[in-house]
Amino acid sequence: MGDTNKETIDSIEAPIYLKYNFTAGLAPARFLSHLKKGILTGQRCPKCDNVYVPPRGSCPACGVATETEVVLGNKATVQSFTIVSIPIPGNPIEPPFIVANLVPDGANTSFIHLMSECVNEEVRIGQRVTAVWKPEEEWGFAMDNIRYFKPLDEPDIPVELIGHLSVNGEEG
Amino acid sequence: MDIDICIVAFSQSACLAQAGAANEVELIMPELEAVYRQVGISNAQDVDFVCSGSCDYLQGAAFAFVSGVDALGAVPPIQESHVEMDAAWALYEAVLKIRMGHAESALVYGFSKSSPGELPIVLSQQLDPYYLAPQWIDSISLAALQARLMLDRGIIELSDMAAVVASSRRCAIENKKAQLSGQFSVSDLLKEPEYVSPLRRADCSPISDGASAMIICTKSKAEEWNVPFARLVGIDHRIETHNLGMRDLTTSHSTRLVAEALSIHSDSLDIAELYAPFSHQQLILEKSLELRPETDINPSGGVLAGNLMMASGLSRVGEVFDRIVDGKASRGLAHATSGPCLQHNLLAILERG
Repeated sequence: MGDTNKETIDSIEAPIYLKYNFTAGLAPARFLSHLKKGILTGQRCPKCDNVYVPPRGSCPACGVATETEVVLGNKATVQSFTIVSIPIPGNPIEPPFIVANLVPDGANTSFIHLMSECVNEEVRIGQRVTAVWKPEEEWGFAMDNIRYFKPLDEPDIPVELIGHLSVNGEEG
Repeated sequence: MDIDICIVAFSQSACLAQAGAANEVELIMPELEAVYRQVGISNAQDVDFVCSGSCDYLQGAAFAFVSGVDALGAVPPIQESHVEMDAAWALYEAVLKIRMGHAESALVYGFSKSSPGELPIVLSQQLDPYYLAPQWIDSISLAALQARLMLDRGIIELSDMAAVVASSRRCAIENKKAQLSGQFSVSDLLKEPEYVSPLRRADCSPISDGASAMIICTKSKAEEWNVPFARLVGIDHRIETHNLGMRDLTTSHSTRLVAEALSIHSDSLDIAELYAPFSHQQLILEKSLELRPETDINPSGGVLAGNLMMASGLSRVGEVFDRIVDGKASRGLAHATSGPCLQHNLLAILERG
């Protein structure tokens, strides 16, 4: 103490490396297994009937297990979106590109995915889109089996109906 | 306590070495459903407060505890809190909430999957971040240092440790939720090779996945629900320094202080459920608590029979509750611990309603 000439230590390096065998969960594992076969699925809450995608195992609103599988369509509606103008480290996609919150037909929740084959300035809430899958031989247990979503030539969905379409779309 | 606090429901999952693909939410939900059923309510909307205990390092994901809320049905929003500790401390928070008059009932739960990571290594990161954590000193090695001190000072012998294990395995035969059970003699256990000297594998609690849940409330609420209950007449905790070199590891000063604060021997104790992750630590606790021969220690088998990190402390309280409600005991002690070498200790006294 009192020796002011000593070098001040203001930080130390102590990196942490820990290994885990990650488990997705029983419900997410069923979702990923279907995804591997090119099928997008959600799960229905037995209490409130909401369909969750991706399913996490429970209906967070009711606190009960979602055990009924629902096969969803390839079509979805834009719930929200953003235009990314800066490159993201590690992401091969060239900006500007669109990241969107999409609600697949038949589901009541959205997931985040990319949009392409679109005019960025024309992307809008309520826009109809469809999944563009990678070739079957490239499918794994991952959401990027769907390369991106592209616009459909269908009328927009009114905001209040987003998240309330049947698996067969607006008419269903 | 000015407000009588009652435990009205408890449930614990089986202790599994590996819960398979199930995630934390999927481990929690069955236990929540079980406690709701015990008091006849439908979900977390029917209690005034919810508090959980878990540790994100076990899951290996930041804010992992938040996903546990998905088990609750938090629409419309509920009053919810979390401790990055064993759920025995979530119980403590819930007790404070009720005593302050902010709630009449509370749901408490703890959960973990310890199997995905290397638990003893993961626990090294709870040590002080400047000197010990960067050395990656694992929890088993630290317990072994503690056992060595006790053996070399002649406080205990290896056979005393093996006797703790033999008793745990024997009691656990009756416990359907236990992971390890069976008839083993002290000499059988001592024939096993050393694991981290002087500890044998059997001296260390197993790695387990699972969850437990409890509902507590005021006495008037318990009477309204018309369910059997045990009174939680005292709960308190003390913590020791994180500097292991400054502690006498052969005793538990903090446990002794809590025991005095709660006057645990003001009446006889029929049972004591102690959270001793290592066999020699049960001997430390028995001595620090000055338990008498009439007290049945760890009738469930304790955590040497199955150790649900972040839930086992709450489960100790639950095991005492179950036996009081079943009429097997009228007054019991529950203990929970946290940190290396019994650093942090909590005691709860339960009595027949």
